Amino acid sequence: MAESPGKRRGLEEEVLTKDPVDVLIIGAGASGAAVAWSLAETKMHILCLEQGSWMNPAEYPSTGRDWEAKFYGEWSSSPNVRGRPEDYPINDDSSPIKVVNYNAVGGSTVMYTAHWPRLHPSDFKVKTLDGVADDWPIDYDALTPFFEENDRIMGTSGLSGDPLSPLTHPPMPQQPMGLSGAIIGKAMNKLGWHWWPSDTTVATTDYEGRARCINLGHCTPACAQGAKSSTDITYWPQAVRAGVELRTHCRVREITTDETGMATGVVYYDKDGVEQFQPAHVVIVACNGVGTPRLLLNSKSDRFPNGLANSSGLVGKNLMFHPYAQIYGYVKEPTDSNRAPPTCLWSKEWYDTDLSRGFVRGYGVQFVRGAGPVFEAVVSEQKGILPWGADHHRVFRKLNGHRLGFSAICEDLPEEHNQVTLDPVLEDSHGIPAPKINYTISENSRKMMDHALARGREILETAGATDICVNSPIPWGGWHLLGTARMGTDPKRSVVNEWGRTHDVKNLFIVDGSIFVTSGGVNPTSTIQALALYIADQMKSRLANLFD
Amino acid sequence: MSEDNQLTRAQRDDLRTVAGMIVPASDEYKVPGADDPAIQADIVATLGRDTKLVTAALDHLARLAGGPLAELAAARRDAVAQAFRKDGGGAAATLVRVVLQCYYRDDRVLRSLGLELRPPFPKGYVLPDGDWSLLDPVKARAGTLRRAP
Repeated sequence: MAESPGKRRGLEEEVLTKDPVDVLIIGAGASGAAVAWSLAETKMHILCLEQGSWMNPAEYPSTGRDWEAKFYGEWSSSPNVRGRPEDYPINDDSSPIKVVNYNAVGGSTVMYTAHWPRLHPSDFKVKTLDGVADDWPIDYDALTPFFEENDRIMGTSGLSGDPLSPLTHPPMPQQPMGLSGAIIGKAMNKLGWHWWPSDTTVATTDYEGRARCINLGHCTPACAQGAKSSTDITYWPQAVRAGVELRTHCRVREITTDETGMATGVVYYDKDGVEQFQPAHVVIVACNGVGTPRLLLNSKSDRFPNGLANSSGLVGKNLMFHPYAQIYGYVKEPTDSNRAPPTCLWSKEWYDTDLSRGFVRGYGVQFVRGAGPVFEAVVSEQKGILPWGADHHRVFRKLNGHRLGFSAICEDLPEEHNQVTLDPVLEDSHGIPAPKINYTISENSRKMMDHALARGREILETAGATDICVNSPIPWGGWHLLGTARMGTDPKRSVVNEWGRTHDVKNLFIVDGSIFVTSGGVNPTSTIQALALYIADQMKSRLANLFD
Repeated sequence: MSEDNQLTRAQRDDLRTVAGMIVPASDEYKVPGADDPAIQADIVATLGRDTKLVTAALDHLARLAGGPLAELAAARRDAVAQAFRKDGGGAAATLVRVVLQCYYRDDRVLRSLGLELRPPFPKGYVLPDGDWSLLDPVKARAGTLRRAP
């Protein structure tokens, strides 16, 4: 380093310095866990810094009678609502879609639906096929072995052979169809449309030390049974056993560099709030599509005045969310309500481009089984279909336990004005500038969403549903944080190269969803982890000349 | 001030009154209203992080009512409630949500709905596997995954 971080910031207090590590990973979520596990076999000294903590399943919501109320507070999917010490605030006032995430060992895999589709082969070639956005610099085949390896470690369930999805080999059988799945399947058959049991990371049999699913229901906010795969119970135990060091409650403020432009380590705040400097020979960023650009933009220096690895000016730009178009209704027969994992079936009927629909690209569909009584009451009252007064009880009994839902995951194309920047005022509890989101839904995405809602209405009406309601977009639906440090071969048009190394800093890698070039129309976690494993494999195969 | 004392007496009275308007007691379904003392106690005891918004909602309600809600004539009370529901914004929505989340975990209410009085874990639920022959038409139709060059 040319200067210590403390001196560079003009601080007088001593910054504590530790022994250097070979590889420093920032973030212990989906991608950080995968890359740590894969690199562990090198026997290098690998350290992961995570701002959150290990989770305690005994405290998960499903263990208490007030499980639904917790979703509105300490277990909200929004970090701004949740406000745990491990969270950082996000200014998303200028976005119709709010960021949702989780900060802990396991990251947002602690709090996700466990829906497990992959990007399709065609998703990597959208410019060639459809003339929009850009092709990825890698193709689906490059990721195939890593998809397979990841599915084995995360532990997937599903039914192989979906004609409209890439071939997968889930080690466990699909989830039960349940009451809701049967109603949806019959309606889809009447309409002649594709549907298939979803691949999920919900264990349907005992698997690698995890107990099988017992249908606790609301598995999105963590699974007390351990049936839902999250990296704190899959990758991390194996990585730690293999020698990876995982340090929790450590929030990284910035990545430091030397006079040659190489990363030298990070400055972080430890569990006691004490500023520390951790030197490293290689730095890997795995902080998701919002946290990663935030960190890079906060790592300004004389050499990198616009933020680290940002000579292209694209760090933070091209944010893709996947706008969710959701429609739901109520059937006469009972549905699964909250007595099952929320998602069970998908459809790829409208996944590929058909310009006669009025938009380019397409969307995947995930069907939703139902909701619990509190959620049903609160949402239906807000929608105006559950009245106040004497008729409340009759109407509630008609709605509760009778909901069916349809959610379209619409492919968001990259647009530079959709971006993550640093908020000039808002800071986290350590005084680190917080991210600010500027995002609008494109006309193409709007048309796609409207198309999806019309198809969803047809399905629901075919199933006999009434009282149909719409959320388009789902406001608190910003689960998928993609594209803000995109991958490419041209340093002027991308942030990382085709194997995850930043163009500007030769010992700095990014492995999370921010490197996506396009978003596809499916939940991205499977692909994020396959990419992380692919990049780790590339690093291992290039160790002798990693920095050339 | 302790959490359960964060509402004034007048605010508690209005909270009870508006809760009873949202969900009144029903002989037909054999359920209490949301103004039931046990449910009210649960609401007040668990306000926690919602206290600020619920207090704001009750202040707004008091302004609309111009006095204790319970003392208004029925028609006037209904008009106030409608205005509160229509224009109360996030604060009113929070108050309604707090009422409903406590109401729909009350033992008497859950019993009336035929739901078990327990958390989901550790017993869980049983789900029918279903008739997977429903997939046969999809398999027969097949289809082709779009190829990439």
